[in-house]
Amino acid sequence: MHVKPLTPADLALAASLLVLLGLLSWRLRLGLAKNLAIAAARTTVQLLLIGHILRLLFAHVHIVYMALISLVMLIAAGREVMARQQRRVSGLQGWLIGSGAMFLSSFTVTFLALTVVIGNEPWYAPQYAIPLLGMLLGNTMSGVAVAMDRMTETLWRERRVVEQRLLLGQTAAEAVGEIRRQAIRSGMTPIINSMATAGLVSLPGMMTGQILGGSSPMDAVQYQILIMFLICAGTGFGAIAAIRGVERRLFDGRHRLRLDALQTADEEQRP
Amino acid sequence: MPNLEISNLCFQHRGPYAFRIAGGECVGLAGASGAGKSLLLRALADLDPRTGVMQLGDVNADTVTGPQWRRLVGLLPAESGWWLDRVGEHFADFAAIDEQTLAAVGFDRSVQDWQVSRLSTGERQRLAIVRLLANGPQCLLLDEPTASLDHDAAARVENLLLRYGADRQAPMLWVSHDPAQLERVSRRGLRMESAGLLVDAGGAGDAR
Repeated sequence: MHVKPLTPADLALAASLLVLLGLLSWRLRLGLAKNLAIAAARTTVQLLLIGHILRLLFAHVHIVYMALISLVMLIAAGREVMARQQRRVSGLQGWLIGSGAMFLSSFTVTFLALTVVIGNEPWYAPQYAIPLLGMLLGNTMSGVAVAMDRMTETLWRERRVVEQRLLLGQTAAEAVGEIRRQAIRSGMTPIINSMATAGLVSLPGMMTGQILGGSSPMDAVQYQILIMFLICAGTGFGAIAAIRGVERRLFDGRHRLRLDALQTADEEQRP
Repeated sequence: MPNLEISNLCFQHRGPYAFRIAGGECVGLAGASGAGKSLLLRALADLDPRTGVMQLGDVNADTVTGPQWRRLVGLLPAESGWWLDRVGEHFADFAAIDEQTLAAVGFDRSVQDWQVSRLSTGERQRLAIVRLLANGPQCLLLDEPTASLDHDAAARVENLLLRYGADRQAPMLWVSHDPAQLERVSRRGLRMESAGLLVDAGGAGDAR
């Protein structure tokens, strides 16, 4: 069974919908037309590019190529995590917290799944490794970004209360406990919700793709369950690691709240 | 009785500051808004990065953890923070608070179950003082402790704080914009100049 290949005309038809939406957004003065155009263009270019890269990778299976492309994906995800935070830990360290957390969780979980669960030969076969890593990184990225953003934003907004608690002799961990829990929860909630509604409300993207590609629904479902579990684990561990990192950076050894380690998205360096 | 001895204290391009407050002594701290009085208190509580030596009795700030030091030197911030729903939840053990302290600031035990969101600014301030004293600090750093209180309540708070200081022989640093209050509570004063310079303001009423 083969997928019906799409012609450029098919894609152009879909694109015309976006043009319509852009016109409407211009009429309603949503100020989104430009963002929409840029995002649509990026999707097209990036996906075409990755299509070519995957074709090359499938033809030349080598662990060094895999390591390289994983690194590129991780760096891109790390940048995205930084960009999604209103107030972020400044400098290289902020980047390292997000990327480190994603590396720890996504890569470990992907590696585990590839070697133990799927058990392909070689384990880094790109047909499995790249989509898996991509899906894990993509979801972990969202979770880590949401959790870190929530953590820094709440600490900024509630600094008076946090410092009051420190003044009463609480340790940094005590003073920040509830904020930390909320941040981790907000990072994990989306994936927990999507596990709860999977199949009922939405058919997950990968499963849809597999069915479109001709797999039997049961095969697709089993892979989807695997993926959901991996994503949930990856997101949870990633969010926890990232929040630990933020906490370590925003409190010093004397249990002081160091908001001077934050910078806002629009200023590169605070005066 | 523990003395508070500060030498070479520098923070945020300010200082060095050096002064000494004897146990049981209350020193007034005056100065224009924005001169850095609150910053000085924050540095004394080790809430901001700083260098220099801070010694309370035989405890050097650098030999204990930040939280331990902050329990020893009680800082009452100008605006108190509350994070749970009810007043009593903010105390390690509300039952241990003695009736007299509560009565001195115009409350009784029932305040334990009051909703924090319904407290007035003055009520928060008075309860913040009870909460601070419940920690049993050996030194008091007070940032305008009566700013949000009416004349009557202010007088009662002054009494409560001075009695605590006298009972425990605690050094006290009292920030106020009210010269009459500083004259009542302290016999010696410091003044924060706008450049962040800390000068001796002499005894209250003393032209020096």
